[in-house]
Amino acid sequence: MPAATRLGMVPDLGRWSAALSTILLLGAAPAPETPPHHPAKSGIDYASDDVRRMQADDFANPGMLWVAQGGKRWQEPAGNSGKSCAACHGDAAKAMKGVAARYPGVDAATSELLNLEGRINRCRKDQQAAEPLAYESEDLLALTAYVAHQSRGQPLQVSVDAAARPYFARGREIYYRRQGQMNLACTHCHEQNVGRKLLADTISEGHGNAYPIYRLEWQSAGSLHRRLRACYFGVRAEMPAAGSAELLDLELYLAWRARGLPVETPGVRR
Amino acid sequence: MAEAIVSVPATARRGEIIELKALVRHPMETGFRYTQRGERVPRNIVTQFVCSYDGAEILRATLHPAITANPLLVFNAVATVSGEIEFRWTGDNGFSVSEIATIVVN
Ligand code: HEC
Ligand code: HEC
Repeated sequence: MPAATRLGMVPDLGRWSAALSTILLLGAAPAPETPPHHPAKSGIDYASDDVRRMQADDFANPGMLWVAQGGKRWQEPAGNSGKSCAACHGDAAKAMKGVAARYPGVDAATSELLNLEGRINRCRKDQQAAEPLAYESEDLLALTAYVAHQSRGQPLQVSVDAAARPYFARGREIYYRRQGQMNLACTHCHEQNVGRKLLADTISEGHGNAYPIYRLEWQSAGSLHRRLRACYFGVRAEMPAAGSAELLDLELYLAWRARGLPVETPGVRR
Repeated sequence: MAEAIVSVPATARRGEIIELKALVRHPMETGFRYTQRGERVPRNIVTQFVCSYDGAEILRATLHPAITANPLLVFNAVATVSGEIEFRWTGDNGFSVSEIATIVVN
């Protein structure tokens, strides 16, 4: 594996190009209100036995290292407020249970779409008077994994009410949009070629219910946006920044597609 | 920082074979890789793992490059007495982490 790849400097799907010629370039069907593959099946159901066993065992799942680290960050005072997350929210097992299943969601005060990372950073800024944590930083990954872990087993249930509708519509539009040098949309792989092989991967339905995950190829935990950027790179499209409006809209659409699936954080993927 | 997660059964019968698991957070940088600028990435690995049970060393392992990041070690021991089981990892750049778990043997 090239050094830069394992260092995470470049995303990891440059090798897709040859394999992609096997994916039929069918025209994208008009966006249906209810997508195929319902009820949804989690990505873990398409994973190999050893990956499944690793995810299922909290003492073998390396993602638990990030969860445990997040538990420590939860207790630590931060910013000018000198307050910890725990100072306001108390026991995360109670206060944060089910929260991740509702994200991304529209913040009533600002009408902005926030995912869990954005929501946590909002508290850092407004409540702790602290600098926001950089997307994909170890601390934000750890806190996100810790908060999401409190919802493990809870079914995803995001709101697509009037306030969320414009974000949702954009997310769906992106999902069915052909892009990149390969000229493929998300649907071409995650709806039309589910269960087939792309190099060593089995293409899953492309759900985000296990994130942040520990990915063996990354040798690290990573966010959903990092995974999505890898898919953009795989079709040789320009990659939106992690935390960008485009990926947030897409994340909302993905969460709606995955509704009913249990939160699995921290997932393990190859 | 959560540096390690260990699993030890809380209780066991005397003479029972127990399974111990030890997961540590570490990049296990091999020292064989180069950056895009052609600079060598210095080696940074865990070199030694030691497990002690009630003060006595029961397992020692020497780790090498090309072992995965965040390595998991799983091994067995015989439950003999109630006491502490200590897991210690040491490595390059003064890396040192330890975790202790207690077991009740009856
Ligand atoms: C000074 C008090 C305070 C601190 C400190 C604080 N929060 Fe909050 N948090 C709030 C309040 C109040 C709300 C809900 C009201 C709102 O929308 O701002 C909230 C909401 C949240 C939510 C959304 C809950 C939901 O039901 O949608 C999450 C997640 C969250 N906080 C995480 C954190 C994390 C992680 C930290 C530490 C990095 C933290 N908070 C620190 C006061 C705080
Ligand atoms: C050329 C095929 C291809 C295209 C196009 C593609 N992906 Fe993927 N995607 C993959 C493969 C292969 C994986 C890794 C195996 C898996 O989990 O499906 C993956 C993984 C994912 C995952 C992680 C699933 C999990 O359980 O961890 C998500 C989410 C995802 N893709 C979303 C998208 C979105 C959104 C788009 C459109 C922007 C997209 N993908 C476009 C092939 C593709």
